[in-house]
Amino acid sequence: MSEQACDVVVIGAGPAGMRAAVTAANEGLSVTLIDEQTEAGGQIYRAVARVARTRPADLTLLGPEYAAGGDIVLELDAADITVLHGHTVWQISQDGTVWCSDGTKAKSITARFVIMASGAQERPVPVPGWTLPGVMTAGAAQILLKSAAMVPDGPVALYGSGPLLLLVADQLLSAGADIRVVAETTTFKDYLNAAPHLLGALPASKYLKKGIALRRHLKAAGVPIIKAPNGVSIEGTERATGLRIIGKHGQTFEAETILLQQGVVPNTQASWQLRLDHAWHAAQHYWYPTTDRFGATSLANVFIAGDGAGIFGAEAAAAAGALAGLGVAHAAGNISAAARDQKALPFIALHKKAAAIRPLLDHLFPPPAHILVPDDATIICRCEEITAGQVRDAAKLGAPGPNQLKAFLRAGMGPCQGRMCGLSVVEIMARAHGKSPAEIGAYRIRPPLKPLSLAELAAMDDDTPTP
Amino acid sequence: MMHRRNTAGERVTINIDGKNVEAVVGESVAAAVLAAGAGATRTTPVSGAPRAPYCMMGVCFECLMDIDGIPNRQACMVSVTPGMKIKRQAGARTVGGAS
Repeated sequence: MSEQACDVVVIGAGPAGMRAAVTAANEGLSVTLIDEQTEAGGQIYRAVARVARTRPADLTLLGPEYAAGGDIVLELDAADITVLHGHTVWQISQDGTVWCSDGTKAKSITARFVIMASGAQERPVPVPGWTLPGVMTAGAAQILLKSAAMVPDGPVALYGSGPLLLLVADQLLSAGADIRVVAETTTFKDYLNAAPHLLGALPASKYLKKGIALRRHLKAAGVPIIKAPNGVSIEGTERATGLRIIGKHGQTFEAETILLQQGVVPNTQASWQLRLDHAWHAAQHYWYPTTDRFGATSLANVFIAGDGAGIFGAEAAAAAGALAGLGVAHAAGNISAAARDQKALPFIALHKKAAAIRPLLDHLFPPPAHILVPDDATIICRCEEITAGQVRDAAKLGAPGPNQLKAFLRAGMGPCQGRMCGLSVVEIMARAHGKSPAEIGAYRIRPPLKPLSLAELAAMDDDTPTP
Repeated sequence: MMHRRNTAGERVTINIDGKNVEAVVGESVAAAVLAAGAGATRTTPVSGAPRAPYCMMGVCFECLMDIDGIPNRQACMVSVTPGMKIKRQAGARTVGGAS
């Protein structure tokens, strides 16, 4: 028996995790919320309470959708929940034991139920030169703006597709950045493919209006929004110096900071480590653990809420958090099925409304082929510096899937543990073998989910069970 | 590489590769390093290529640095504290101290 036990451990303090923790606590369950960051909010509401306190004018810059996150943080603060900030989860056992560390000392917490709300990560964007200093994701620039009021020096270029691309361009422009270009991969064919989903998106038309307003604002400020359907390459030797548009009329834009964005994908490291059932999202090319509307997974004591179970955005994630909290409260015997279903109604409606935009976005902004299966010379595994061509060669030599590839190339065996190359490896190997991604499979994820030192392990209390 | 448009909040002094710089409480080490114009946070063990923070949220592991004598720490996941000593990491970390 470990020193600490509770009814529910919630992992992640973004909208889904905060709302799940609050809901479960309100239903009389003892809840421990573990979060890797030092402040609640996740990535979408990153540092929202501190921004409101120390530089409230920035709430205007970051927008009302961001500021709204402050309300969920207040709910969390008011609830009777044990919150462990700055704790990294490095293993989850199927029996509900969660192993984490604060960087100096590891510990375990045994829970009857685990709600995972570890959210999403941006899809890695392997283009030539993407490992150069000066290249980061659009989300990274937004995190710097939210958490540290930082803006890139010098000329900035953005490349990719999707709502976050335009949002970050607009926020950085308003923050004084020198935006030289926004290069989009969206094609006319994407618009055609998305058109049948327009009607279904109308309940979430506020997102459409916002997208149109962002585009208009950028254009009015003189920011060129150009087409880059064939992709880009990044110029520079020791650091990025420019963004080259590939194509007959390709130009090069001077840029010291280059921001990449091709949508976000579920963070599946922990759900794979738990060996949960997963499925492949055909339009957006990502894995997601399969769940019911309450977030129940293929393991009876494990629930998942929010973008970690499929990308639906922050508002849907908060609703999914409430649903997972209710689902666990019922599974724990605290509320009847009828009470759960009754309390779930408004959250199901909220989720449905917010998620209505997704089929349109999923088809309008698919990751393009040159990102899914890059040219031979492009690095796909940043840690081990493995190119797409090396992966193809290993497939030709007989490597049947991602796990055998590790023995050939060490791809996926560096510090990021496949977070950056995992999806690329699946796509490239699937094409090489003429199979579907579901047939090819994913990297087998093993603990520790994040590296931890022997000193952290050695500092564990003696009465803690062995992992 | 980055500048602060607002420096509201408590200031701390940290040391990056022997040079004292000011940072703001709440910032990550990776953010402070970018604002200090230090460029790369590490060089790779494979080819020695320079790398800088890519994701800023604990996913890419490009910001691995030596922080207060402990190598291989994700600089984007660690908040600055007064007197913190930060070193760029060259190649693979070594057991028992800075590389």
